[in-house]
Amino acid sequence: MDNLLSITTFIPALAALILALFLRGSDAAAQRNAKWVAMFATTATFLVSLFILFEFDPGNPGFQFVEQADWLLGLQYKMGVDGISVLFVMLTTFMMPLVIAASWNVESRVKEYMIAFLLLETLMLGVFMALDMVLFYLFFEAGLIPMFLIIGIWGGANRIYASFKFFLYTFLGSVLMLVAMVAMFSDAGTTDIVLLLNHEFAYGTFDVLGIQIVGGMQTLMFLAFFASFAVKMPMWPVHTWLPDAHVQAPTAGSVVLAAILLKMGGYGFLRFSLPMFPVGSEVLAPLVLWMSAIAIVYTSLVALVQEDMKKLIAYSSVAHMGFVTMGIFTANQQGLDGAIFQMVSHGFISGALFLCVGVIYDRMHTREIDAYGGLVNRMPAYALVFLFFTMANVGLPGTSGFVGEFLTLMGAFQVNTWVAAVATTGVIFSAAYALWLYRRVVLGDLIKESLKAITDMTRREKLIFAPLVVMTLLLGVYPALVLDIIGPSVSALVNNYDTATAAAAAAMQVVGN
Amino acid sequence: MELTILFAPLVGAILCGFGWRAFGETAAMSIATGLLFLSALLSWVVFLTFDGVTEQIQILRYIESGSLSTDWSIRMDRLTAIMLIVITTVSSLVHLYSFGYMDKDPQWKDDESYRPRFFAYLSFFTFAMLMLVTSDNLVQMFFGWEGVGVASYLLIGFYYRKPSANAAAIKAFVVNRVGDFGFALGIFALFFLTDSIRFDDIFAAAPGLAETQLSFLWREWNAANVIAILLFIGAMGKSAQLFLHTWLPDAMEGPTPVSALIHAATMVTAGVFLVCRMSPVMEFAPEAQMFIVFLGATTAFYAATVGLVQTDIKRVIAYSTCSQLGYMFVAAGVGMYSAAMFHLFTHAFFKAMLFLGAGSVIHAMHHEQDMTNYGGLRKKIPYTFAAMLIGTLAITGVGIPLTHIGFAGFLSKDAIIESAFAGGTSYAFWLLVIAATMTSFYSWRLIFLTFFGEPRGNKHTHDHAHESPMVMLIPLGVLSLGAIFAGMLWYNSFFGHVDQVGKFYGIPVAEVGAEDHAEAGEDDTAELVTEDQADVVAEAEHHYAFAGQPGQGALYMAPDNHVLDDAHDAPVWVKVSPFVAMLIGLLGALWFYIWNPTLPGRLAESQRPIYLFLKNKWYFDELYDVIFVRPAKWIGRQLWKKGDGNVIDGTLNGVALGIVPFLTRLSGRAQSGYIFTYAFAMVIGIAVLITWVTLGGAN
Repeated sequence: MDNLLSITTFIPALAALILALFLRGSDAAAQRNAKWVAMFATTATFLVSLFILFEFDPGNPGFQFVEQADWLLGLQYKMGVDGISVLFVMLTTFMMPLVIAASWNVESRVKEYMIAFLLLETLMLGVFMALDMVLFYLFFEAGLIPMFLIIGIWGGANRIYASFKFFLYTFLGSVLMLVAMVAMFSDAGTTDIVLLLNHEFAYGTFDVLGIQIVGGMQTLMFLAFFASFAVKMPMWPVHTWLPDAHVQAPTAGSVVLAAILLKMGGYGFLRFSLPMFPVGSEVLAPLVLWMSAIAIVYTSLVALVQEDMKKLIAYSSVAHMGFVTMGIFTANQQGLDGAIFQMVSHGFISGALFLCVGVIYDRMHTREIDAYGGLVNRMPAYALVFLFFTMANVGLPGTSGFVGEFLTLMGAFQVNTWVAAVATTGVIFSAAYALWLYRRVVLGDLIKESLKAITDMTRREKLIFAPLVVMTLLLGVYPALVLDIIGPSVSALVNNYDTATAAAAAAMQVVGN
Repeated sequence: MELTILFAPLVGAILCGFGWRAFGETAAMSIATGLLFLSALLSWVVFLTFDGVTEQIQILRYIESGSLSTDWSIRMDRLTAIMLIVITTVSSLVHLYSFGYMDKDPQWKDDESYRPRFFAYLSFFTFAMLMLVTSDNLVQMFFGWEGVGVASYLLIGFYYRKPSANAAAIKAFVVNRVGDFGFALGIFALFFLTDSIRFDDIFAAAPGLAETQLSFLWREWNAANVIAILLFIGAMGKSAQLFLHTWLPDAMEGPTPVSALIHAATMVTAGVFLVCRMSPVMEFAPEAQMFIVFLGATTAFYAATVGLVQTDIKRVIAYSTCSQLGYMFVAAGVGMYSAAMFHLFTHAFFKAMLFLGAGSVIHAMHHEQDMTNYGGLRKKIPYTFAAMLIGTLAITGVGIPLTHIGFAGFLSKDAIIESAFAGGTSYAFWLLVIAATMTSFYSWRLIFLTFFGEPRGNKHTHDHAHESPMVMLIPLGVLSLGAIFAGMLWYNSFFGHVDQVGKFYGIPVAEVGAEDHAEAGEDDTAELVTEDQADVVAEAEHHYAFAGQPGQGALYMAPDNHVLDDAHDAPVWVKVSPFVAMLIGLLGALWFYIWNPTLPGRLAESQRPIYLFLKNKWYFDELYDVIFVRPAKWIGRQLWKKGDGNVIDGTLNGVALGIVPFLTRLSGRAQSGYIFTYAFAMVIGIAVLITWVTLGGAN
């Protein structure tokens, strides 16, 4: 199959098209059909994507399954995956059937809802596979539209404010990224990512309005991309859209947002910022490292005092993404391995935590922590699952949450012990806020009258959690499953980075002399 | 065989925790207990047949990233073997005991199945603890380290309806995480400097660490010292040493068998184990060792003072544990790792027994834990009384002075006190002796208040006090054998002559003869040293010295580490001092609680400030609440409301006020306008990009 990637990417879009064209009416039968079509399409996508994983050659650090075709207006359509992107593809296809299953109780505008999620999947997969800059931009920006719709239509009471905030943040970043892309094209003369990766962008220092720009064009382009990716991650201090977006989004929306959409920022850093602008990265890495360390402590402290479950988990997500950005900009093997591992692992764990909130939200229609307490008395299975993911979230060894944190911190220690020490305090705070949440929601005696009749998880809910539990444990005990795949690509990335920065340093030395 | 020892408890935990609905409660619990006994039996076989040669068994790959390579694997050496028997023996007995203790627990309703969950947690704990001690690298050890932390969290919070139990569980986990913070940084530093976190590689690189400077935080440090201190911070958390000790007394919220297994015999000794395991690094970190001695001695003293005035029977024993752990750290800090392991080993038996005995008393007294409501119980529960008495004789260190005949604690505690003297710090030595006096006092106080005098408190409870069932008494009996004989049987192995200790741990020893003198003479370190060494050798009856390289054998003691010999050569008054301390404590307790029982009340009244200071544990909890807990929440709230709310969102809103009217005008409808605007902007963006690319392509 020469176009395996395209097939994988467009199965959901095709299903969305079928729903849009052929499904009529909004009665129970139509709703059921919409759900089953979506379920079938996402499952099929996952099964097809397994071929990518099995055929993937981990020993090869380059791009594989590359497809290339001319497109309209002289643009080219180019897709491919390497060790860094293939796991994000797998994460997406793995999570989507679970997301659809978690949406089984949606009742309003089911057809449109399913179409939105199916389109979203296609666009997200496109982001991770695109090997052409214009194509990447298209998928990257378009992917946010279904998310706006999901929050704006199926979201909570304050959804307009949330989607507005989300929009404001992303807008500026998008514009700057666009400018940088134009500049890159005019410099390199191509939009092909593979060629861009091999292109050396100018890094000679120059002055802009009297300010000396160390690293020159590379630093400027780095900053422009940074504006976009940092918001998507999100990094402190541009994170405040995330808690609001999570709170307002429906459960499935939160799961996609936390598990996959946030990873687009991290993937962007890995695909563009670090390899294309190594000198710019090196110049700004200390800043990013410190922003990450501050993010970890800051958002953990904020998480400690939250009263809304989803907000708490959202802040916890920002803290975990802090480990990711820290790992990426250590630019060493452990840091980068850890960052990618953390992103994959966070996909499972934070997705599961939002599903955990969803389980009780579906029953009680509130996310207030104070509205709960003592759930273990009536929901033992739920208590167990929630505990498992709480522990995974605080990075317990044996779960996947540990490996990423451990490796990123280990990488950071080699670069800057202060950053490592500050970030490591995150392990204390995360334990505090996560266990405090668990205690208030699950433990204690069941006193509240409203909870007396609450029921434990249904079979459907248990089936949704089962694969997540398995993956979290499996990757926690045998992380080689991930590390073997990403290792060679990361190692190549680190080598190129070291070579480029060393060459730049040598060149500057010459100029200096 | 080692694999069976390691995984039998895990299998037991899974079968018991998830399978009890299928097999029935009793069967599930029996499976878990049976597997634990199997583990214990095999552990003893391993311990007794172990030949001192380090062996490694690889199980599965673990974290591999670049030059970092770790496996799930077993490192079998003497240190592991000692820990195996301690863990599995106490754990299997605690499992058995729990059949009786957890039966018909009044905390639960009649139709609730809580026992399989309890047994599953116990077995899971045992598995995690075994992973900790069998590890051959620091990451797997960290897995066990955190795994036992989770098990401890689950078991302290076992009575999940009690708010105090839930609070104690969180406190234990979070305080331990503070220690883990140091532990983790220590691991990172080791990897940074030695490029590996496998013990073999670290040990081989240890001498080099002493010569290396590490730039850590604000200055350059000696690498060995900074790593040793960081690892010790981890040990402080797990072993409840001063400043990170506050969780241990609260951990008594858990059921009593848990206290015996986790918070006395095994988990809390993990810190001591870590320091001993890392002996090759510690030997090259003299400043860190001094810190360990200082902190251990201070903890031993601090906890003993608080133990004097507690009235909850379990809390007295908890502070006693904290104090005894301080002893172990002093021994490890002066370089007598073997003495530390000796006390760890004997302490496991008598302290587990004291806890299980206390559990038996509590069981007899219908879950009353306040000693002021006990009294005169020796006739009601004679077997429990006998066991508690043996435990007390062991912990207070009863034996025949200047011989090697005595209860377990007599031999191991004296070994530590002599080592502290020989190690050269009079601070540690005197604090330990004073602490020994207090240990004796509070331990006898416990016995007198509980078993002697008139019954106090609820008469009904006293009338119905009953001896515990056999499943609870058998573990007490077995442990009492350990409390009596463990010290005498293994004295020579742990604290005998250099050649005996060396053989036990697989450490090479060399005969100290003329040749060594010649070598020492060649050293350009003044002649004085040579003369000193000659004196020592001439005076001493034995002619061996440790001669291993770091990593050879289970412990590393540097060739210039003479503490063992010096301890044996300590003056008679030093060797007798713990015995005298014990007698003073015993007489004091007799005076206070048998001969003149109104004295304690009057003393507490007249010395109220001191009494309250001790009773409130030196106000550590209150202090921490003011320094850490409240500020953290306050800062969190400020960052949230002011930082996120005013500063970040405020700025954003300011910007938005400028843009929004423009945007709404563009899109027309405010309702979902942003989406359209966004789509519009994106389309424009794409258009720009495409135009540029096409035009650029045309160039």
